[in-house]
Amino acid sequence: MDSHVEAPELQEQFETPAQQKEVSTLGMWIFLVTEIMFFGGLFMAYSVYRRAFATVFGMASNTLDVWLGAANTAVLLCSSFTMVLAVRAAQIGSRKALIVFLILTILLGGVFLGVKAYEWNQKFEEHHVPGPSFHLEGTGAQGPAQLFFSLYFTMTGLHALHMVIGEALMLFLLWQAYTGRYTPSYYTPVDIGGLYWHFVDIVWIFLFPLLYLIARHQH
Amino acid sequence: MITEAVQERENYLNASHGIKSWLLTKDHKRIALLYLHTITFFFFLGGIFATLIRLQLLTPKGGLVSADTYSKLFTLHGVIMIFFFLIPSIPATLGNFFLPMMIGARDLAFPRINLLSWYLLVIGGCFAMYAMLAGGVDTGWTFYVPYSSNYSNTYVIATGLGIFIAGFSSILTGLNFIVTVHRMRAPGMTWFRLPLFVWSNYATALIQVLGTPVIAITLVLLICERTLHIGIFDPARGGDPVLFQHLFWFYSHPAVYIMVLPGLGVISELVSVFSKKPVFGYKVVAFSSVAIAVLGFLVWGHHMFVSGQSVYAALVFSFLSYFVAIPSAIKVFNWTATLHGGSISYATPMLYAFGFIGLFTVGGLTGLFVACLGVDVHVHDTYFVIAHFHYIMVGGTIMAYLGGLHYWWPKMSGRMYPEGWAKLSALIIYLGFNLTFFPQFILGYLGMPRRYWTYPDEFQVLHVMSTAGASVLAVGYLMPLIYFMWSLRYGPIAGPNPWGATGLEWRTASPPPAHNFEETPVVTTDAYDYAALAAMEEAKVG
Amino acid sequence: MGSDLPLFPVQASSVAASVDHLVYFLLAVAVFFSVGIFLTIFYFAVRYRRRSESELPVASHGGMSLEILWSVIPFGLTMIMFVWGASVFFTISRPPDDAQQIYVIGKQWMWKLQHMEGQREINELHIPVGQAVKLTMTSEDVIHDFFVPAFRTKADVLPGRYTTTWFKPTRPGKYHLFCSQYCGTNHYAMIGWVYVMEPQDYQAWLSGGATGSLASSGEKLFQTFACANCHHLSGAPGRGPDLRNLYGTQVELADGAHVKFDEDYIRESILNPSAKVVKGYQPIMPTFQGLVTEENVLQLIEYIKSLTPQEARPPAGATAATSSRKSAKQ
Repeated sequence: MDSHVEAPELQEQFETPAQQKEVSTLGMWIFLVTEIMFFGGLFMAYSVYRRAFATVFGMASNTLDVWLGAANTAVLLCSSFTMVLAVRAAQIGSRKALIVFLILTILLGGVFLGVKAYEWNQKFEEHHVPGPSFHLEGTGAQGPAQLFFSLYFTMTGLHALHMVIGEALMLFLLWQAYTGRYTPSYYTPVDIGGLYWHFVDIVWIFLFPLLYLIARHQH
Repeated sequence: MITEAVQERENYLNASHGIKSWLLTKDHKRIALLYLHTITFFFFLGGIFATLIRLQLLTPKGGLVSADTYSKLFTLHGVIMIFFFLIPSIPATLGNFFLPMMIGARDLAFPRINLLSWYLLVIGGCFAMYAMLAGGVDTGWTFYVPYSSNYSNTYVIATGLGIFIAGFSSILTGLNFIVTVHRMRAPGMTWFRLPLFVWSNYATALIQVLGTPVIAITLVLLICERTLHIGIFDPARGGDPVLFQHLFWFYSHPAVYIMVLPGLGVISELVSVFSKKPVFGYKVVAFSSVAIAVLGFLVWGHHMFVSGQSVYAALVFSFLSYFVAIPSAIKVFNWTATLHGGSISYATPMLYAFGFIGLFTVGGLTGLFVACLGVDVHVHDTYFVIAHFHYIMVGGTIMAYLGGLHYWWPKMSGRMYPEGWAKLSALIIYLGFNLTFFPQFILGYLGMPRRYWTYPDEFQVLHVMSTAGASVLAVGYLMPLIYFMWSLRYGPIAGPNPWGATGLEWRTASPPPAHNFEETPVVTTDAYDYAALAAMEEAKVG
Repeated sequence: MGSDLPLFPVQASSVAASVDHLVYFLLAVAVFFSVGIFLTIFYFAVRYRRRSESELPVASHGGMSLEILWSVIPFGLTMIMFVWGASVFFTISRPPDDAQQIYVIGKQWMWKLQHMEGQREINELHIPVGQAVKLTMTSEDVIHDFFVPAFRTKADVLPGRYTTTWFKPTRPGKYHLFCSQYCGTNHYAMIGWVYVMEPQDYQAWLSGGATGSLASSGEKLFQTFACANCHHLSGAPGRGPDLRNLYGTQVELADGAHVKFDEDYIRESILNPSAKVVKGYQPIMPTFQGLVTEENVLQLIEYIKSLTPQEARPPAGATAATSSRKSAKQ
């Protein structure tokens, strides 16, 4: 019970802070596995239809702006890097650095979301949003073309939702960091927040090639 | 008075008072009781739907309810029983209460997430109740498209959202259990000293965590299809309605193992304590739970043999389905072998265990019929399948749940239930169950399809038998509701270990203190070491 | 034998007896194990009942040889079930070459059946005894299922594509037809009868009320819609492929993939022509979605099939109750 006196963040059910950290980390990893399964259903549906309608999916994919997508990929990778630096800062107890890196991560995440919003708007103007006014030039297979974009919006939308949740999480961590909550002996939330952030990044690493790059060899 | 002094000893029930101390509790034992109330409510609600279904089917062209209402009845019966009763049942009540105690922990890894799980079940349930009260849903609990996406005029989305939210309840419980078992075992509690109930709940938790997200995304896609017409399941737009079935059954088959595995764990405990012997083949039984969890993910296509999928896919799924039968068979043989040379008590929990083994065996053996390609073509979507899964879910899981409830009742409440009434209701349930569902095997092979509001005259005799059985079964289920509540006030006071069981939960008071153990236990013996227990008792007395 | 047991429906198809025999085997295994377990438990429960609270049995922990024994034997039995079941399933899934084609359209809440000779039936199917019948089925709305318990066959009926099932009736009589995939309010009423008749009675039935064979109706539609303007029947090159001698063959598509020229592909080409365009042709065929009913589609299919004489058709390798769409997907 002494551990509980020395470390006030230590919750009752744990014997030691080390146990609490291990438990929290394992919990986050398992949660991320459930997220893989959640996105997995969408990836599965996408794979099935991509195989069935390769040509049309290729044509639809080629209307996406590969440079914006690539830029967003770079942005997210950078944000993961700043996140790692934030965790490191927490680990060595440098509060200022932690705050700076969290802010950078949040900003980069914001850039990603902004670019995404711009892309979606583009799609809206090109009549590529599934619905009554949908039309993809160059093919009679409008049904499968719409399918591509339905999957595109659902998958990037779900990803964007996770990004927004990530931003909220980062803001929470930022506030806690600002109030000096995190020390080298207790920075678990930063650690597991980082895990979540990296996961959302990795989902994008899969989304980008699948959605944007599949048929770049097609004319 | 001594009894009053015992009553006033501090335990988890009287440690704090007031509604907030329950609704904001972090104590896994209190959360277990919150769940107990919730799922009992859903069980009887689902039971009311079942009663109305059976009454409608008393006569071939009966008009007790309209055809539309009938479709809503069987849909809601399935949705409520599966998602709001069976899936949470044993893990969220008995598992929540006893898993931490069995491993010598003070609580689960994430107590607040545990409470959140309960709230999610309740909120999900509210959505389902809203759907029910606002007009119902009529798609069947399987929600096949295109009917559920493009044709049904009922509250599909509300129900889907309810299930989606309840799904997260299940995921979080599973996550909690996995982390707890990995990281919070008391000193000396190695994996192979864990009670088999823990192994079963662990295996169940694996399925909950891996499978439930898939139904979540499937429901999201269904809702998108229904509202936005994205076309993913719509053949007119290149979509494939059979894709929905694949996504749906990828979860819903493992889900049946979520529903039965914890029950299998309860039976292991009961068979051991009521024969005073360790379970025969402990390691094999432990691994069989994990094997069922893994293999259960590989067989979903056996629900789709006649759906238009390829013959070769059907072959693979049939083949693998036979694999998943073997670990269950192994458990049954091991339990039987445990009885050999034992000291067998006929206390109510053991009667439920006996009933379970018989009915689960029948249910499992009839699974071999439906896994068999040549036979399934004939019996798919008939009453044969209904009988098969009710033998497992009702003859199996619900019996195990009741057995476990009786077994652990004294520990949870500090009171004994009335043994005479309990035995009687166990017998009534057993007889009522068989009379309800055995005729349905015959009905199914004769060709009676599922989800039929009316039926050809020649099926009436069997339907009447089934409905008669259902009324007996209903009586059998009402009796525990009454006597358990009675026992809380008038039942004899129970000691810490009325059954002579070996688990850590029996080393502490009944009801347990809020923090479970006065001191963290140190484990030095295997799970079912009755000799060590006897020696320990002797040492105490001496 | 099965026909006398009130527990089984009559055996009225060539496959019914083999399904029932398989079930007898499964029943025997099930009864053996359930009775065996039941009696063993009963015996142990009585023989080893607790006589005093203080008695402590000898703990037996297990034996690998027993575990192996009661894993391997059940496994062996289940493998027999699998192989036997698969073999019956192959029979159920593969219509014989001489099976007569009948088309089925399911819709909420009725069955529409189309004989090749032109007869249309609603909720009833008249067929001659001893002649194999292959049903090619589609739905106009939701998923249905065509189930005849006496034949021991069923198959889901899907919108947007064809599925198949087959049976060879062996016994004259009147047999239940049920929809067995929940399809809405009147699912329970989407039922009917299969009438298996003696051959001469069937001929008599056929000759009353014929409206012209499916193929001849299809020919009329082909003319009405001026299909021959692009699909010249003379063999001269046109804007669309020559449809003669194509049925059952593999055709090459614009992107190099191949698709089988079968009922599914013909239907898709009528309703969604730009989906799979034949190599060397432009995607200029207009769609006839909304201009033709499912029945019309069947008539056109039969007509186009008739442009490929029997000798020119590849042998029937397609299995029933499968969608040829799988092979049609690129």
